[in-house]
Amino acid sequence: MYKKPLIDLQDDKLLLSFRGELSIYTVADIEQEVKKIKNYTFKKLLIDGNNITSLDTGGAIFLYNFQNDFCAKKIDVSLCLNDARQKATLDLVAKNMASAEIVKKMPKKNIFEKIGEICYAYFIGLLSFLQFFGQLFVSKLRYLTSLKNIRFKEIAFEINDSAIRALGIIALTSFLIGLVVAYQSAYQLKLYGANIFIVDMLGISIFRELAPLITAIVIAGRSGSAYAAQIGAMKITQELDAMKTMGFEPFAFLVLPRIIALVITMPILIFIADMMAMLGGMIVAHVDLNITPSLFIDRFSEVIAAKHFYVGIIKGPFFAFLIASIGIYRGLMVKADTQSIGFNTTKSVVESIFAVIVCDAVFSIAFTILGI
Amino acid sequence: MALITLKNVKTVFGDTVIHDGIYLNVKEGEIYGLLGPSGCGKTTLLREMVLLQDFREGTIEVLGKNLNGIREKDAQSLRQQWGVLFQFGALFSSLTIKENIALPLVEYTSLSKSMIDEIVRFKIHLVGLKAKDANLYPSEISGGMKKKAGLARALAMDPKLLFLDEPTSGLDPISAREFDSLILKLRDMLGLTVVMVSHDLQSIYDTLDKVAIIDNKKIVYEGTLEGVKNVKNEFIQTFFGIANE
Ligand SMILES: Nc1ncnc2c1ncn2[C@@H]1O[C@H](COP(=O)(O)OP(=O)(O)OP(=O)(O)O)[C@@H](O)[C@H]1O
Ligand SMILES: [Mg+2]
Repeated sequence: MYKKPLIDLQDDKLLLSFRGELSIYTVADIEQEVKKIKNYTFKKLLIDGNNITSLDTGGAIFLYNFQNDFCAKKIDVSLCLNDARQKATLDLVAKNMASAEIVKKMPKKNIFEKIGEICYAYFIGLLSFLQFFGQLFVSKLRYLTSLKNIRFKEIAFEINDSAIRALGIIALTSFLIGLVVAYQSAYQLKLYGANIFIVDMLGISIFRELAPLITAIVIAGRSGSAYAAQIGAMKITQELDAMKTMGFEPFAFLVLPRIIALVITMPILIFIADMMAMLGGMIVAHVDLNITPSLFIDRFSEVIAAKHFYVGIIKGPFFAFLIASIGIYRGLMVKADTQSIGFNTTKSVVESIFAVIVCDAVFSIAFTILGI
Repeated sequence: MALITLKNVKTVFGDTVIHDGIYLNVKEGEIYGLLGPSGCGKTTLLREMVLLQDFREGTIEVLGKNLNGIREKDAQSLRQQWGVLFQFGALFSSLTIKENIALPLVEYTSLSKSMIDEIVRFKIHLVGLKAKDANLYPSEISGGMKKKAGLARALAMDPKLLFLDEPTSGLDPISAREFDSLILKLRDMLGLTVVMVSHDLQSIYDTLDKVAIIDNKKIVYEGTLEGVKNVKNEFIQTFFGIANE
């Protein structure tokens, strides 16, 4: 354990004797203690190390640097250390420290450099995203040249993994959303005695907007993030490199099957979401507004045109494409360290939800202009 | 004094038995080798000794502490007394080499920053890395350099016990021999005890005081290198036989 070093100043001679353990655990305290001798004036420094019980390399480095500091000040330093092992440790340290170069600190960047770097990174990010789409396009063309190129097995696997297994959660969320929306509006409609209009309201809002968006958000959180993490991990373990050297084009094996699977299944998932949300609405209408299911369905077929349904469904493939390609792109952007998996997974979810909402807005405008 | 004792250790993964009654004894100041064919469970045994892996039966004692039901406080103090070099380096990928080595010092000691820098500088030079490599990230250095950086990190706290999993594989022969002499030097100077897995014959002959050979779930030989040739075992005959010719 730590023992105070003894300091003894006689005329121009300073006697310093270290005691006990001189190791990484005690050096900090000893450093503090001997700092004060810097203020003393003396010409000769005698260091007595014979009472050191154990010396590790950390302690030896301290001793070595301590000696050197005073040597540099033209003070006559002599060290007395008898233990053969401790001496050998000190020798090893001295030999290495003398020839070891100083480890340079990483230079600090100023604000302009940082801003420039960030802007450049965004620019590169944009370019690489475009490159990704270009590559996607080219490999899609190659894909379509022959049926043999299409990886049906992978597509089927992805359909199961990212769509069929998501059915439960999508059905549940959209059912609840239908329930909640109907419940909230039932109160308002009752005030005006406009009970029956719940059907119009639910039909249009759910078919056109709510069901596609809810489905997209669930899929982005569930599959988009999974794509980013899977492909990111494959990149770190060099699986992607291995695939390339063996002639398996990652785009054909990993990217396209995922995109195609989602594009195919998204409309189906939206359809499920439509049905479940309407079911939720119907239950509330029955319980809260005394609209029987048969009345609900009669009114429904009267006022809700089929185009509302198609508008919702048509958004599916577009949303699916955005979610899958952003997730995969983020996975490919993973650098060789583990933290970037987390970073890119988060980004993939945030960006794909954002992209879906932007896309939805564009659809809204387009449909309005077209009068659909 | 025995620093590590294994008694009747049995390891099972699912239905496969990996170790079936392993007995080992590592004494202070020894450089102890674990040898055996690929997949015989050397890494697994090492992992059991450093509290990374549970075993089914038996007892393992490290530095006088029984690892069965060890208290967290004891485990933590053990972890400060040993250093581990993993088969593939296992450096923290989000930290630079320098930060990797400094990490245990920063966490466990109250050393000043300049002192830590000095220790890092020493360790980097000791294992044969260049000062300019210190600011690189693990993904930016070669496999052999990762080994060296991993060793520097394992040595950061001047451990009593050093566990090395194939330290010289992936190193060039010159670095490998430097590594051997470094291990010998450290043992002599700091009184280190080393347990290492190795397939490198040169390194085995140059450094090891004692070997244990695992084959078919059991220890088929434990003792000095001289005695090993008399053992009737296919792996041993082939492994050491070629070297004699
Ligand atoms: N987590 C695990 N689950 C199931 N089996 C495992 C696990 N870890 C290891 N094994 C099995 O245990 C056996 C021993 O593995 P281990 O990594 O210890 O081998 P090794 O002796 O270090 O081989 P090498 O020389 O190739 O490094 C192998 O057969 C391996 O399949
Ligand atoms: Mg191994």
